Amino acid sequence: MNKAYFEILRAGVNTTIQDKGRNHLYHIGISVSGAIDQRNYTLSNKLVENQLTEAVIEFAYQGPLLKLKNGKINFAISGDILFKIIRNNLEVEDGECYKSYILGDDDQIDIISTKNSTYGYLAVNGGFHLEKTWGSYSINTKANIGPNDGKKYSLSDKIFIKKSDTKNSIKRKINYNYSPDNIIRIIKGTNFDYFSKDTIDKFFKEDFLITNLVDRMGIRLKGPKLKNIVNTNIKSEGLVRGVIQVPADGNPIIMLSDHGTVGGYPKIGVVIAADLDLIGQLTPGTKINFKEVSLEEAQNIFKAYTEDTNKYLNECN
Amino acid sequence: MIKNISNLGDAAVYCDFGSEVNESINANVIDYFNHLSKLIKEKKIEGITNLTPSYNKLIISFDLTITNYKKIKNLIEGLIIHKDIKNNNQKIKIPVCCDDEYALDIIRLIAKLNINKDQILELYFNKEYFCYMTGFIAGMPFLGDLNKDIRCDRLETPRVKMPKGSVGITEQFANIYTFESPGGWNIIGNTPKKIFDDKNLNQPALVNPGDKVSFYQITKEEYLNWNE
Repeated sequence: MNKAYFEILRAGVNTTIQDKGRNHLYHIGISVSGAIDQRNYTLSNKLVENQLTEAVIEFAYQGPLLKLKNGKINFAISGDILFKIIRNNLEVEDGECYKSYILGDDDQIDIISTKNSTYGYLAVNGGFHLEKTWGSYSINTKANIGPNDGKKYSLSDKIFIKKSDTKNSIKRKINYNYSPDNIIRIIKGTNFDYFSKDTIDKFFKEDFLITNLVDRMGIRLKGPKLKNIVNTNIKSEGLVRGVIQVPADGNPIIMLSDHGTVGGYPKIGVVIAADLDLIGQLTPGTKINFKEVSLEEAQNIFKAYTEDTNKYLNECN
Repeated sequence: MIKNISNLGDAAVYCDFGSEVNESINANVIDYFNHLSKLIKEKKIEGITNLTPSYNKLIISFDLTITNYKKIKNLIEGLIIHKDIKNNNQKIKIPVCCDDEYALDIIRLIAKLNINKDQILELYFNKEYFCYMTGFIAGMPFLGDLNKDIRCDRLETPRVKMPKGSVGITEQFANIYTFESPGGWNIIGNTPKKIFDDKNLNQPALVNPGDKVSFYQITKEEYLNWNE
């Protein structure tokens, strides 16, 4: 029997496969990758009764137009997304996020755009027919690692699906309200004292604008120039997701999932783990504020955030 | 010995081995890295997701749903490290073309260093370098130490796209951009050699910490006809 697959009729801006990410390779320069918004990634899998670590399609801004061939599947989309389902008889349905759907042979999913966010996720029941590289399905376009030769998808590519025929239709839903916040909580970075008192005041009081220079590697911000009074370079050392580096020009850069594994600019702060999904979703032109929290507070916030995610997972039926 | 242990955000531990860069401090970092890698492989520690050794720091990333800063810090403080005696280090030679179209920052360097292009290249090629670490992008080696006369700070604003193969210098270090990426180093040439091979799953990086590396100059014709 022929395997079911999505044929890509429009690739979208940045369509890749992602999962939880790839660990234990920072020391040779390979970043974690993985879904930028891990909560929405997890919810999309849950909606189609997958293991929560299954591979999904991640898209940004304008998503792909996909046609299903050779099968019948269950799928769900998570995020804040405008999409339509075009049935093979050309009937068009408005799509709803956080809800599972059945897709038949020659039906299409048209992911028109993300709304008040950058990324969305499409999961299919059973996952995609792909191979893991170093323990993960994630596509790392910077090092060309993962499915599709480590490149984002383009027109006419095919993405094969493991289960070609769905016997029982899944009917699942989550009442999830995506409400982005503009306050980003951080812990002081290891070079916090490289910056003048005046700069630190501005860092916490003034707005920072998310510029157009945003991708899966990082976010460049614009705001008050952050003045370094010690040294604008440090000896290159490891980075993690959420680190806020400040180059000599004074404009901070926040590291996301495909970030360089080491860097030589001073670290003014680190976004707390619980706010990483949020910061990755904010769109160019958004103004944000930084707020300092202690390590203990950050750990409690993370615990609450995880419990909240679990609550949505448990509600899903 | 670790001089200080602190937290880098809420999901990483920052081990500081000192502020200088030398082979002895770096060897200390690598010993901790090797020891912890072994414990992770043997599943004797839970929750660590990545270890990032650099010149004089070791960063330990962990999964906050499994462990936390205090637990990892206690573990590190309790470790007894045995010196790693095995030495598989290699000597590697890497070709570089320094034609003006590849030497993106040579004008900046001439102005900052106050010496001419030939002198910069002579000092650069006439030395064997030590690999302190690999990283930033897949397989990028961080090599040292450059001759004192060609040391220069990073670019004030990093480039958004640094061409693949770019060979750069900053402060006392040299490196190679194994992929196109953003970057802030001063570029003096480009290598056609494959420095990272993801098809080689066990040893994807050509240069590894502890290796010795030297560069040699090739013409543009040799560069364009390079075959591996």
